[in-house]
Amino acid sequence: MIDTVLFYAFALLVLGGGLATITLRNAVHCAIALIVSLLGVAGLYLLQQAEFLFAVQIVLYVGGIMLLFLFVIMLVNLDQAARERQFNRQWVVAVTAVAVVAAEIGYFLWRGKAAFHIAENALSPASALGNTEQIADSLFSEYLLPFEIASLLLLVAVVGSVVMAKKRI
Amino acid sequence: MQAILNSPLFIPLLLTVLIIALVPLVAGYLTLVERKVLADFQVRLGPMRVGPYGLLQPLADALKLFIKEDIIPTDADRALFWFAPMVSTLTSLTGFAVLPFTDKLYIADVNVGLLVISATSSVGILGIILGGWASNSHYSLLGALRSAAQLVSYEVALAFALLSAVMVSGTLSMQGIVKAQLAHGVWGVFANYGFMIVPFAVYLIAATAETNRAPFDLPEAESELVAGFHTEYSGFRWALYFLAEYCNMLVVCSVAVTLFWGGWLRPFPNVAWLEIPLNFAFPLIFFVGTGLACLTLVKRLIDTSQKVVLVVVALGLILTGALLTIPVVNHLMAGLFWFLLKVSAIIYVLVWFRGTFPRFRYDQLMNIGWKIAIPVGMGAVVINAVLGMVGK
Repeated sequence: MIDTVLFYAFALLVLGGGLATITLRNAVHCAIALIVSLLGVAGLYLLQQAEFLFAVQIVLYVGGIMLLFLFVIMLVNLDQAARERQFNRQWVVAVTAVAVVAAEIGYFLWRGKAAFHIAENALSPASALGNTEQIADSLFSEYLLPFEIASLLLLVAVVGSVVMAKKRI
Repeated sequence: MQAILNSPLFIPLLLTVLIIALVPLVAGYLTLVERKVLADFQVRLGPMRVGPYGLLQPLADALKLFIKEDIIPTDADRALFWFAPMVSTLTSLTGFAVLPFTDKLYIADVNVGLLVISATSSVGILGIILGGWASNSHYSLLGALRSAAQLVSYEVALAFALLSAVMVSGTLSMQGIVKAQLAHGVWGVFANYGFMIVPFAVYLIAATAETNRAPFDLPEAESELVAGFHTEYSGFRWALYFLAEYCNMLVVCSVAVTLFWGGWLRPFPNVAWLEIPLNFAFPLIFFVGTGLACLTLVKRLIDTSQKVVLVVVALGLILTGALLTIPVVNHLMAGLFWFLLKVSAIIYVLVWFRGTFPRFRYDQLMNIGWKIAIPVGMGAVVINAVLGMVGK
């Protein structure tokens, strides 16, 4: 019961935050709305008993990435951005495109509806290992290669940004 | 009634209410301690007027902040201006939810407790940066930007220091970390042949920066930025920022105690015969001694009402010492006594820093963060990993 209530509360945060992100005028307000949305996602992780992902989501996205977003937004002159028109005027084209895509998705969902059913006992029985240990296990054994490739990619990004930012190395 | 008392949520909720009620008071008295200790470093007296030796000064300050005019600058972003201090205060209070005060006295034992604390502190930064931006003032904005840069930089070093400690204890749960130290028989800082002192040093430096305290108080450097991100704040909203800052200080020191100094454990937790001298005699001598020292100060006071207050304080201290000798109370509270004693010691060190070191320049701050603290933290993780494997 309380899980359901919490799920809808967090889902409301995610969707409301997402909507506010794209509709608000002020860029700082948009960033805050995005933060609310990300916090909602963190809550959903927690409901799925993925407590490690919950913490990492907040530390990385809210504490790291969104903070740097805000940092940049604050240095930008906002007045001009707020005065510009936010959406362009091709309403007809946009509505048509959205309607076509929605009809397409709806049709296929309707055709494949037999495949959907609510999973019973979806939550795996609580294992002796915590969520953190499970993630570490799969990350460093089964998915070691993708993990290392991702870390290499990040290293390249770091080196690249240093090279681009510094005139003399 | 019985159903309420037996509910699993009863004790945590009671503790939550207690902490929310007590922490502002403790934070207020921390300011008094800080002012008194700094005054002592600088051969001054510090606050002396309100109450005996300034003992009631925090209450007067709190009253002043409550009734001060609340000014909102023109063209400020009003909603955010209201909202930002609350973010800071709420997140810093949330940190208390996972602190292990003793083995029985805690609100929640989450199995990612340490990560929850870093998550709350990283959300807390938002309060500072939004407050600085919403004020619509250059000083505030500069303070907020500095603070964001500083906190993001030092968070990395902090994470490395925490990682070393987590590797030694093998868990992220705050209760589990202390219990692991009990199992090892040594406090975390002496583990791995004493090498854990290096991550502790990194932690202390990074934590000082994370709590915006001198010598890393660039976000609120009063000589260059007026007051940094809270320049435009006044009255109760400013008090909320202040409260958040001191709460963060308490949380940071509690985490240091939990990870490195054995949490609620007494010194030599596995030596049984030290139970009586350390858990019974030491608190008794500590409280009664302090109470008697207070009594000797009474005759120097002139005002009668101040004398009464000081006598009451002294008797309260002596009574606390006496209560701690009752076996049942001692069993429950000895851990809390040690925890708070160690937290106070680290807070004293932070005040000592403030009284000793001059403020860093911005480039020095970044150099220390990125070129010293982070590499040392990384190296400490590697060396601790090797030492830990050798130890096994």
